[in-house]
Order: sequence, then structure tokens, then C-alpha cells
Amino acid sequence: MSQNQSDITTKPKQSSSAFNDPRVRGAVFQVLLVGFLVWFGWTIFQNTLQNMESRGITTGFDFLSNPAGFEILMSLVPFDSSDTYGRTFIVGLLNTVLVSFVGIVLATILGFIMGVARLSQNWLIAKVATVYVETLRNIPLLLQIFFWYFAVLQPLPSPRKSLELAETFFVNNRGLYVPAPVFGDGFTAVVVTFFIGIIASVVMGKWAFKRFEATGQTFPTFYASIGLIIGLPLVVFAVLGAPLSWDLPALKGFNFRGGVQIIPEFIALLLALTTYTAAFIAEIVRSGIMAVPHGQTEAAESLGIKKSVTLRLIIIPQAMRVVIPPLTSQYLNLAKNSSLATAIGYPDIVSVFMGTTLNQTGQAVEIVAMTMAVYLTISLTLSVLMNWYNKSMALKER
Amino acid sequence: MGKYVEKEALPPPVSTTGPVAWVRQNLVSTPLNTVLTLFALYLIWELLPPILNWAFFEANFIGDDVSACSGAGACWVFIKTRLGFFTYGFYPDPERWRVDISFLLLALVIVPQFIKGFPYKAWIGVAGLTILPVIVGILLVGGMFGLNHVETHQWGGLMLTLVLSYVGIVAALPFGVILALGRRSEMPTVRLVCVAFIELWRGVPLISVLFMASVMLPLFLPEGWDFEKLLRALIGITMFQSAYMAEVIRGGLQAIPKGQFEAAAALGLGYWRSMGLIILPQALKLVIPGIVNTFIALFKDTTLVLIIGLLDILATVQSSIVDPKWGGVATEGYIFAAFCFWVFCFGMSRYSQALERKLHTGHKR
Repeated sequence: MSQNQSDITTKPKQSSSAFNDPRVRGAVFQVLLVGFLVWFGWTIFQNTLQNMESRGITTGFDFLSNPAGFEILMSLVPFDSSDTYGRTFIVGLLNTVLVSFVGIVLATILGFIMGVARLSQNWLIAKVATVYVETLRNIPLLLQIFFWYFAVLQPLPSPRKSLELAETFFVNNRGLYVPAPVFGDGFTAVVVTFFIGIIASVVMGKWAFKRFEATGQTFPTFYASIGLIIGLPLVVFAVLGAPLSWDLPALKGFNFRGGVQIIPEFIALLLALTTYTAAFIAEIVRSGIMAVPHGQTEAAESLGIKKSVTLRLIIIPQAMRVVIPPLTSQYLNLAKNSSLATAIGYPDIVSVFMGTTLNQTGQAVEIVAMTMAVYLTISLTLSVLMNWYNKSMALKER
Repeated sequence: MGKYVEKEALPPPVSTTGPVAWVRQNLVSTPLNTVLTLFALYLIWELLPPILNWAFFEANFIGDDVSACSGAGACWVFIKTRLGFFTYGFYPDPERWRVDISFLLLALVIVPQFIKGFPYKAWIGVAGLTILPVIVGILLVGGMFGLNHVETHQWGGLMLTLVLSYVGIVAALPFGVILALGRRSEMPTVRLVCVAFIELWRGVPLISVLFMASVMLPLFLPEGWDFEKLLRALIGITMFQSAYMAEVIRGGLQAIPKGQFEAAAALGLGYWRSMGLIILPQALKLVIPGIVNTFIALFKDTTLVLIIGLLDILATVQSSIVDPKWGGVATEGYIFAAFCFWVFCFGMSRYSQALERKLHTGHKR
């Protein structure tokens, strides 16, 4: 304090030097920063070129059209070893998207159940949910993936001694076998009606809301939507004579034929991602529900609103406001964590493209950049979508 | 006139207090609740006895090799014989006392933080973040003060996990502060650079960062410069972690009321002095729980280094369970590793929750 005072008394003369002007200082500093970054980037670029030259690595994206020469365990699009490296990228990307999408859906369902269960009035249920959450979120995900893969799925019996359920589902150490749908003629019509049903119910929802605003009359939108989205395609399905049959898996020789094989790598990864992320989502849901003041419930009760309607129209919308931002980051985490697939050999983008393809071509810079770009795109797209949803849910102050 | 005799009050009816009422209120209050209780009881009945049997009653604790295991329950003998490997990795036997002293020093720094009113607690904490890494670094690497040099590729197990996460968090702290300040700067270029850096690292998975550090870093450096694998992983982890740290610290900076900035400016303090003396001390204190939470996340994430070939605790377990001599001890190994992580993470999360309650004073508006 005294030092400050003496500063003031001994230096009354104004320092008119341009260096003391914050704007000039700011400009100088920014120029220096940009200069440094350009120099830094240029040095790295030069070093990389030189290093690659001395190691005999070619640059550029030409390698993408070369034949890959290796097989991939699972792919959503047709793939064999004569396809190109570019196609390995697509296969890996689709596998990543598949496991992330299914994982997000399942983790949300399990997480919401566990979050509500932790707040249950039932002491036993609340405790079981607490043990679940506190155990799973404090153990590394990679360890959980290993546990499911090496300790649970690999010791399963061989195909000949598979565990079965009603002779349609089979589990063994090569994965899970489920019936495959075979679409007959006219199944497209069912799919088309399904989408028509979705569009129709959106339109109906808007109409019902408008009518409610104007006249106060309610309309059973929920049941009508179910009728449109599920009932209508079912009717079409029945009218067309059920154009769908099932291809059942069956043991032929040493392995299964027919049906769809779900590889154990996928199951282990999906189980671990789902249960791990669900533990975090449960905590988010719990804090969201607890953030709604009890007065809201009481106010709804005193207005004579039914309990189910209170939950649907008063508690959940307010809780969602608190829940959505952290939920978004959990979804992003799940998508990023799906890259751990590489540890057990599920052919996701990291394992196929940044693993095998990189090892074969040696073009580290291009491949790592492409892979990182994929994750950045997924992250940014998801956060834009969730921000948009968040904005539509946010408190509108009048 | 009769004399007033005080009657002893009747006990409350059984149905409103005591265990009976508790069961009524908490377990069977509605039909749905009763069904849920029965379901939970069934689940516990089905799961708990086999697990307890496997882990304790039929497990083998005594012995030195595979012949001591009956096979009916868990074979904890396996963990017992491999404990040294799980803790120190390939750190040479006669030098392991150096690791033990490092563990002890770490405990001496951490334990006081949990004790209320311990003298010089804050200074011990600061020493843990500044002096401790240097001392432990000299101890573990060696090569001076008469200590033998130990190559980092011999490091492993729990020790490597702790080194990775501790160095990651300590090194990420200053970078995180700079990035957080930069993101709130009034200079557009600085802000842009910081936002780009933070979002880039936060948008990609740690595993691709580790891949980059192990595959691309050698390409970026001038010829002749080469780092050890451990150091490359540490660089990757630090970059990644500093982005997360920056977001945590930014949260703290945003919680400081505007009046504090204005008051600092009114006192004639420049940018660095107002940040260093007024804003950051308050902001950092606010975000200690957040920092502990990122530390927990990092601690769990260090397991990923096994993918680039470092031997952390999970990797030591993973390489031990494939030993054909033991055969089928995967579950024991994973449960041991899970237990180690759980103890650390659960302890830290409880600590951060307690801190949050304690620090939850006066700053909220």
C-alpha cells in the first residue's frame, strides 16, 4: 500500500511514451504473436518435409486410391482387400458412427433410468443405483472395455456349444447371432408410410397447439402421433401381406450361417461405452431434477394439475434446461471415447485408418490430420445441434 | 382434591417410528414400490452370494504359485506374486526404494490437505506443485548425486500412472491459466488463437493426441532431436490437459464479480498485477474442485498410454494375465486394477465434493 502511494507521489510526470498506450501495446503484442506463430508453423513444416524426405516417405493424398490389401473384420459397406485405402477410411468412419450412435441412444435410456432411480423414494432402489454410479464412473473406461472383452466375452463357449435363446439368438466366443430381416416386395411402401406418419404428426402437433392457443381445447396429440407413426405403417404392412421374413442363424459345420453376426469387439465396446457414460448421465439427470424447486410441484398441485401432467409439463421441461448442456458434452465424450476400440480391435476409424493404414503407408501427417478432422467435425456438428436444441428449450424471458 | 400425578408419555405408535415405519415408508409405500423392492432384493440375492463366494469364501490367498489355486474362487495368489510388477514395472529391484520414497513424499503432501487446520497446509500444497516434481524427478531418473540412472522405459505400473497424471496436471496448470486469460483477452488475435487451441484439443480424443505425439512429433522436430517415448506421451497429455484446464479456470474467472476488476483498475494496477494479485488468487481458489475433477479424469485417461506401448498399471496387468502359466486370471487382474483406480478416484471425488461445500461461500450471486 505504502509503496503504491510513494509511486504516485514520486512519479507525477505523465509518461507520454507510446509504449504506455494500451492500444499500441496490444497491437505490438498481437503482431509479435502472429509473427511467432507463423515462424513456428513454418519451422515445423520445414522440419517435417525434411524428415519425410530423409525417411523416403512420399507426401500428398495419392495413397488414398492405392489398394489396401488387408481385410476388415466388420464393415457396413462392401469391402475386400482389393479396395482402396480411401475406402478403409469410409469403413472406419461408418463403424465409429454406428457404435457412437447406438451407444448414445442406449446410454441416454440407461442413464435416465439410473438418475431417476437414485432419487427414488424406495431406499433399496436408490442405493442400488448409487452403487452402480459410484462404481462405474470411478473405473477407467479402457479397463471396463478390457473386462468385457477379455474376461466376459472371450471365455464364452465355442460356436458348437453356443448359449441359445429359443433357437433364434445364439451367443458364443465369436459373437452374437441374431435373425436377419429379409425385405420382400413392397416393403419400401411401409418405410414410406412411416416417414409420412412422422411428417403428418409434426403437422398435427402444430395444428393442435394452434387450436389450443386459440380455443383452449386439448387434443390427444401423443396417442394420435403413435397411431400415425406406428399404426399406419402396420396397417400398410398387413394390407401388403407382410412382406418381411427372417433369416435365422443356424449351425453349419464349425460356424453359423445365416442371420446377422454381431462381433464380440462391438458388443464389448458398446457395453462398456453405454454403462460408463450412463453413470455420468445419471448424475446429470439427478442434478437436473433436483434443480427444480419443490415449490413448482406444490404450485402445480394447488392448481389441481394431475401428477403425470405435472411431471410432463412442469418438472421435465425445467429440468431439461439444466440437463442439456452437460448432456451434450457427455455425448461428445462418448463419440471420442469410441476411439478406444483400437485397444480390442474393433475396426473403427482410429484402429483401421490411423492404425493399419498408417502402418502400411507411413503417411502419418495426412492420416492423423484426416482422423482428427473427422472427430472435430463430429464434435462441432453435435455441439451445434445441441446448442440449437438448447436455445429452443432455454428460458424465454418476456 | 387429588394430587396431580404426572403420567409417563406413551411411546409413539409402532407404525410411525422405528424400523417398521421405516420399512413402510421407504420400501413398501405403494404397490409399485413393493414390486421395485422385490425386484431389487431378487437382484441382490442372485448376484451378491456368488460374488462374495468367488471373491472371499472360496478364494485362495496363501501360496506362491499356480498350484495354490483351487480354481473354485478367485486366485488372489496371482496378484500377490505380481504385486511388485504392478507397482514398479521393470524398475530395477535394488533401486525400488527410490520409488518408495517418492510415494512417501507424495503422501506427505497429500495427507495434510485432508486434515482440518493442519499448519502451513496451503504452503505444503504449493510445494507439492512446485518443488515435489523436481525432487521426485531427480530421485526417479537418477544419474546425479550418486544415484544410478534408470531408463524411463523401465518405469511402469502404478508408479508410471502416478507420474503421468501428476506431471500432466502440474504442467497443464500454467498453460491453462495463460489460455484462460487469453480467451478472455480484449485482443482479437490472442482470443482467436486461444479459442482455436482449446477447441482443437477438446474436440479430438486423447488417443489420437497420443498417436500424434508418438508418430508425428519426431517428424516435427529438427533431425537429431529425439525424445523418449515417456516424454513424448507427457507432451501430448500436457497439451490435451491444458485445454481442459483452461476451460475450468475460465469458469472461475467468469465467477469473479466485475467490481473486482474495476477495483483493481481503480487502484492503478496494470493487467498482470491485477490478474496476479486480485483476480487469479480468487478464481483459482474457486476452481480447486474443478481442477480435482479434471485430475480424476486425467488419472483414468492415463490408461490409454498402453496403446502407444507404455507400461502403466493396466498394461502390467494386461501383460501378466496372458501368462499361460497362470491361465484364466483375467478377472482377478482386472478387478485388482479396477480397485486401485476406484480407491484413488472415489477418494478424490469425495475430497472435491467436500471442498465444493466448504468453498461455496459468498461468491455466488
